[in-house]
Formats: sequence, structure tokens, C-alpha cells
Amino acid sequence: MPAQSPAARIGNFKEVALGYTAEQALAEAERCLQCKNPRCVPGCPVEVEIKDFIKCIVAGNLEDAYRIIRNTNSLPAVCGRVCPQENQCEGACILAKTGQPIAIGRLERYVADNYIAANPCARLTGDEAACSFSHGPKIACIGSGPASLTCAGHLAARGARVTVFEALHEPGGVLIYGIPEFRLPKRIVAEELGTLKNLGVEFCLNWVGGRTFSIQELFDEGYSAVFIGVGAGLPNFLGIPGENLIGVFSANEYLTRVNLGRSYDFPNFDTPSFRGRKVTVFGAGNVAMDAARTALRMGSESVTIVYRRTRAEIPARLEELEHAEEEGVQLRLLSAPLRFLGNEEKRLRGVELEQMELGDPGTDGRRAVHAIPGSNHILETDLAIIAVGTKSNPVLLKSTPGLKLNLKGYIEVDHLSETSIPNVFAGGDIVTGSATVIEAMGAGRAAAMEIARRFL
Amino acid sequence: MALILDKVELEPGRISKLLIDAPQIARKAQPGNFVILRVSAKGERIPLTIADSDPEAGTITIVFLVLGKSTAVLDTLNKGDQLYDLCGPLGNPAKIEPRGTVVCVGGGTGIAALHNIAKAHKKLGNKVISILGARTEALLIMQEEFSRASDEVVISTNDGSKGVKGLVTDALALVLAEHQVGEVVAIGPVPMMRAVCDMTREAGILTTVSINSIMVDGIGMCGACRVTVGGETKFSCVDGPEFNGHLVDFDELQRRLTAFMSQERLAYDAFLNKCGLHD
Ligand SMILES: Cc1cc2nc3c(=O)[nH]c(=O)nc-3n(C[C@H](O)[C@H](O)[C@H](O)COP(=O)(O)OP(=O)(O)OC[C@H]3O[C@@H](n4cnc5c(N)ncnc54)[C@H](O)[C@@H]3O)c2cc1C
Ligand code: SF4
Ligand code: FES
Repeated sequence: MPAQSPAARIGNFKEVALGYTAEQALAEAERCLQCKNPRCVPGCPVEVEIKDFIKCIVAGNLEDAYRIIRNTNSLPAVCGRVCPQENQCEGACILAKTGQPIAIGRLERYVADNYIAANPCARLTGDEAACSFSHGPKIACIGSGPASLTCAGHLAARGARVTVFEALHEPGGVLIYGIPEFRLPKRIVAEELGTLKNLGVEFCLNWVGGRTFSIQELFDEGYSAVFIGVGAGLPNFLGIPGENLIGVFSANEYLTRVNLGRSYDFPNFDTPSFRGRKVTVFGAGNVAMDAARTALRMGSESVTIVYRRTRAEIPARLEELEHAEEEGVQLRLLSAPLRFLGNEEKRLRGVELEQMELGDPGTDGRRAVHAIPGSNHILETDLAIIAVGTKSNPVLLKSTPGLKLNLKGYIEVDHLSETSIPNVFAGGDIVTGSATVIEAMGAGRAAAMEIARRFL
Repeated sequence: MALILDKVELEPGRISKLLIDAPQIARKAQPGNFVILRVSAKGERIPLTIADSDPEAGTITIVFLVLGKSTAVLDTLNKGDQLYDLCGPLGNPAKIEPRGTVVCVGGGTGIAALHNIAKAHKKLGNKVISILGARTEALLIMQEEFSRASDEVVISTNDGSKGVKGLVTDALALVLAEHQVGEVVAIGPVPMMRAVCDMTREAGILTTVSINSIMVDGIGMCGACRVTVGGETKFSCVDGPEFNGHLVDFDELQRRLTAFMSQERLAYDAFLNKCGLHD
């Protein structure tokens, strides 16, 4: 797929991957074997009818291709960009063993972008709109990440009156405050939100569940069911000395300032972000890659990802890792931080690392790592970004009596996605812990189907 | 959007008070809670303590000091204008318990944040002695509100233009010498809160402070607001903003407040230049 060159793209926040041309998409689609028992479909958490939409591309019918995807996936332009396809549909594709699975994600993106570009009127006048919104049951979705948006879209299309309550001032969840512009342009998220608005979904921003309103109050106001999709937003820190020095940030804070606050356009936008010369990022998931690549674009001299295992265990999407390396992000593997060091003004100056080595495989088959004695050394850094996962945010949960949580603090749901409170459903990261966009969407859809069965 | 129903310039160009139409927030607001607001589509999220709220009228009151670009832009708004975003009430409510005598010490605009708390202590039946401090008389705010919310008000100014001359701790020493005090609540600049805590620590008097750290989301999602309390890291937006002052690492708090200083300066200068206000 064409992409901006590494040298050009680290100087801007524009999207890196440029998307297929019509010829490229057709050539890729024609490679599909149209398997009788396609393996790709069960590999997809929402079971998009992959070979059918690919067939439509070959036939030149992009609108039908879009409708097929939309049948089960309410945010196709987003998923085409951010799903870890190598572990899902593409990993399962029969051609994967040849090393060249069908590029399903890129085709999905191609179809969705094409539809968005070609059908502005259909989207504005709402040819997707359902018959009537004024008499259906009232449903509330709390949070506006992919889980809630999917739940809302599914129910609104079936005639429910859906309200989405979001604590921040912009809807979209991680798609807006976390994943950067160069990977998922906000314009794309806005298009997907536009589709939901066409369907009659109402957005209440700056409404904090558990503070501005309670779940009981929603029932009192006539809502029939509530979906909780508040994500797993509470950042973990490393728990090592010096972590509160100036210059040490959670990836959530760093990314929220740049993405939600648009601090890449400071001072035109008011939110500042911390500028570092030598940046270190701790962790190696998608969040770490996003933080590292963002720091490069904010003008840092060098960006180093510090990770305690080897390249093979890096959990980020492969494409993100490759893009990061092309752009000049350095990897410091088998390294673990011990403490942060500051100057007399308590500003970050360095981090003490120790070298790790691989040991024997544990019961889970994963090889253990342990520190090499005497390997301690200091790496100079003035901006450290911690991306070692998140946990559940207690703001809504603590103020909702009777809501059962599991030992890790996430919401417990049954096989119908229902919580311990009747007609209160939950899904996405707040149930599973941080996972993926598509899994959150799958959970939103599952809950919506049960809500629809009960109330529509 | 939230409509500004009234604006009072307490100290023109420096300190203003806004009465805001916010029925959802007013209905839920407790003493000690704060809001986060944005002034424009390009604005940053600004946390401000709720100084007063009226659930019947559906209004809240905030008081702010012009410190940088964002608060300067906020001060350009007038009665009839809209706030672009308003979110709340956030943070844990103040713990209001029977304590006998409570001394409420407020410095600068911290006085506004303290008001709702003093009011609640008085309502519960505690004897409230308020100490309000400022550099000079002109910067003293909300004296009238405090005379209603307290049994006794002591004024202190650094230059002696009103009340006891000196720091609020000088006034506090006098009050502590004369009264059996169950709790001290201190809200104001970090050095003031630290000085109050140093004084009450020796005397073993429970002291509560409200932390004004840098915030982004205000709902526990970023950790910008971390503060060390009793050796542990806390998020002041969801674990606070009130903490036991004897356990707070004020040194760290003071430094963390300067994290973005150079950029804040830059934005403010650019704003002043644009308005032709620069001197
Ligand atoms: C930087 C980053 C990069 C990522 N990259 C990828 C990727 O490439 N591919 C992938 O598949 N996944 C990726 N993920 C993970 C993915 O984004 C999440 O798994 C997914 O967004 C979870 O969706 P959700 O709907 O459960 O919650 P979220 O997207 O977290 O949305 C929750 C929303 O609820 C709001 N909220 C919280 N509390 C309240 C409350 N009390 N009241 C009202 N609203 C509230 C929050 O403000 C937020 O907007 C990434 C995550 C991050 C942080
Ligand atoms: S498994 Fe691969 S080749 Fe077979 S239908 Fe799916 S995408 Fe096409
Ligand atoms: S302001 Fe983000 S966690 Fe407190």
C-alpha cells in the first residue's frame, strides 16, 4: 500500500498509509480464492462476510461491498486502519501460509473510504436512517468508544432512541483521545459519528456517569436499558522511584494532550505538551508505538522504546512496529527501568536501566526474563512516556451500588452481556481489560442484540 | 455550552466571579467539588472549584484568577456569553464532620474554593472561624459571603492594609492560642498551605488541604494530577482533591505545577501581544 515516505511523514501529522488506488484494490481482490469454507471469516471477531465483499470489489460494486461490511461492522473505515489483521482474518486466511494473505484490512479501508467519498448525500440525508425514531424505547450508552458507538448504531438502526453520554468534550473514546491523527484521521472518526447522528443517535458531551448522573437516574427518566462502555482508562505507572519528576508522563496524558488537545498545533490550540529532546517510551504495545511516533513528530531528537523482552514478543500491530522503525524509533530490547533520575529542579534527566536475559520457558510457554547482575547503566532522557497498560476507571463503578466487579476491578457480565443489575449491559475494555477496537465493537453488538430482543 | 448569567469583577483584570446556568451540575454539586471548562473550540481544559451552588436556581458560581492565556480569555467573557464546555461536578466531596471548632484558612482565590466548605461546616453545627488572607486589601474576596458562613472572620493582609498585618499563619497562631480547634481546612497557594500544615503538625491538629494540581481529563484517565500523599502516588482529581495536609509532599506539588511554565508563558505573551495589552 502506498505510504508517505518516512522522512516526509515525521515532519507532519498526516496519515501515513495512503490507501489503495482502484487498480491496486482490484488486483488484490482478484487474488482471493473465494474459498468454499473461508477461514478468514471466523478469524474476524464480528464475522464480516469477507469473501462476499471482496467479490463485490472484483465486480466493481463498491456500494454493495460497503453494505456487506456494514451489516456486521459499524465502523469499517476505522477497523480497516486499526485492527490487528495479522492475528485475525489475515492470519487465518488460507494464503497466510504462503506468506501473502489477502490484505483484507486494506481492502476494507478502500471500500469504506470510497463509500464515504462517493456518497456524501446519502450520508447527509440519511438513506441509512431507520423508519421512525420518535416512538422506540429509550436506550442509554455511557462512554463513546467503539463499544458504545457500535451498540448505539445497531439499536438506532432498529428504531430505538439512543443517547450516548460521554465524559470528555468530544465523542469517540480512544479513537479520538488515544490513536493519533497519522494513523486514524479524526475526519474518518467524524464520518462514522456522522452516520450515527443520521440514525438519530443523540450525543451528550461533558456528562460523567457517576458524577453528573447515576444509572438509577437514567431508569427514572424512562430509559429501558443502559449499556456501559467506559473503557479501561486508568493508566498504570511503573512504580519505580522518580516517577513523579517533571518529564515523566503516562502515555494517556501525552497522547490526550496531542490528540484531544491538538497540542501539535500549539499555541494556535491552547493545550501545551511537554517537549523532550531525548525521549524514552516504556512498553511496546500499540500505545507505546503511537506515543513514540507522536514524539518524533513533535520534534524530538531521538526516541527509544525500552522493552524488557525481545522483538518477537512485541505486542503491537506489526505494521505499527515496522512504521516506527522506518521512522527512526530505536528499540532497546531486554532492558528494564529501575529508577528515574532528576536534576535539582526535579526535572527528568535520565533513567537507570538493567539488562535482562532470556531464561527457560515457563508453564505458559513464554520464556522468563531475568536481570543480569551488574548490568545497570544510565540512559539520558528528558521525556519519559509510560505505556505499560491501563486498569478500570472506578468513577462510574464505585458510585453504582450493586454492580458486580471481578477481582481485577472490571465489570462482570453473563453470556448475554448483562451485568448484575437487570437491564444494565456492559462491554469493551471495561469488561475485558484493554483489548482491541474490534473486540469492543463485537461486545457492543452482542449487547445491542440482546437489548433489541428485549425491547424492540 | 453553558450560559453566564452574571459576572462580577472582584478585582478588575485579575479576579472575577461568574454565575453560570448549569442545572445538572448544581443538582449534584457538593462542597469541595470542581468543574472543568473550556472557553472555546481551541481551548484547554481548565479545572476550577465550585465556590457556591444553588440546586433550586440551577446555578453554580466560580471564581478565578487571571494567571495565563486561558484564564485571560475566560475573563473576556461577560454576562450573556456562553462557556464552550462545562463538565462536572468532579472530585470527591469535602468530608464535613462534627469537629467542634473548625478553622478555615483561605489565601488568594483559594478563598473562593473554601467558601462552600465553610458554609457546610457551619450548617452542620461546627463553630467556624475563617481566616482570609491576601497581599493587600484590594485582593481580598468574598468577605461578605464569609461573614455569613462563619461565626468569626479574621482578616490578614501582608501589607497591613486590612486586619492583622502579616501572613495567614500569624493570624492562625493567634486563633490556635485562644481556641480548642478540631480541624483546620487550608486552601490557597502551595507555600501557604505548607506553612499552615507545618504549624498545625506540631500542635497535632487534623489539617485538610485541597490540591490544585495540573489536570487534563479530571476523571482519572491521565495521571497529570499525581501528587504524593504519605509516600503514595494519588490522582488528585479522583482520589482528592482533599487530602490530609500533613501527608502531602508540597515540594513536589509546587514543582509539578511548573511543568509547562515556558509554554504557558509563550501562549500568554502571544495572547497579550495580539490584544495589544503587552507592557
Ligand atoms: C493509544 C492507543 C492505541 C491503540 N491502538 C489500537 C489499534 O491499533 N488497534 C486496536 O484494535 N486497538 C487499539 N487500541 C485499543 C482500543 O482502542 C481499545 O481496546 C478500544 O478503544 C476500547 O473501546 P471501548 O469502547 O471499550 O472504550 P474506549 O475507547 O476507552 O472509550 C471509553 C469512553 O468512555 C468515556 N468514559 C469513561 N468514564 C466515563 C464516565 N464515567 N461517564 C461517561 N463517559 C466515560 C471515556 O472518556 C471514553 O471516551 C489502542 C488503545 C490506545 C490507548
Ligand atoms: S481465506 Fe483468504 S483466500 Fe479464502 S476467502 Fe478468505 S480472504 Fe479469500
Ligand atoms: S486529571 Fe487526568 S487523572 Fe487526574
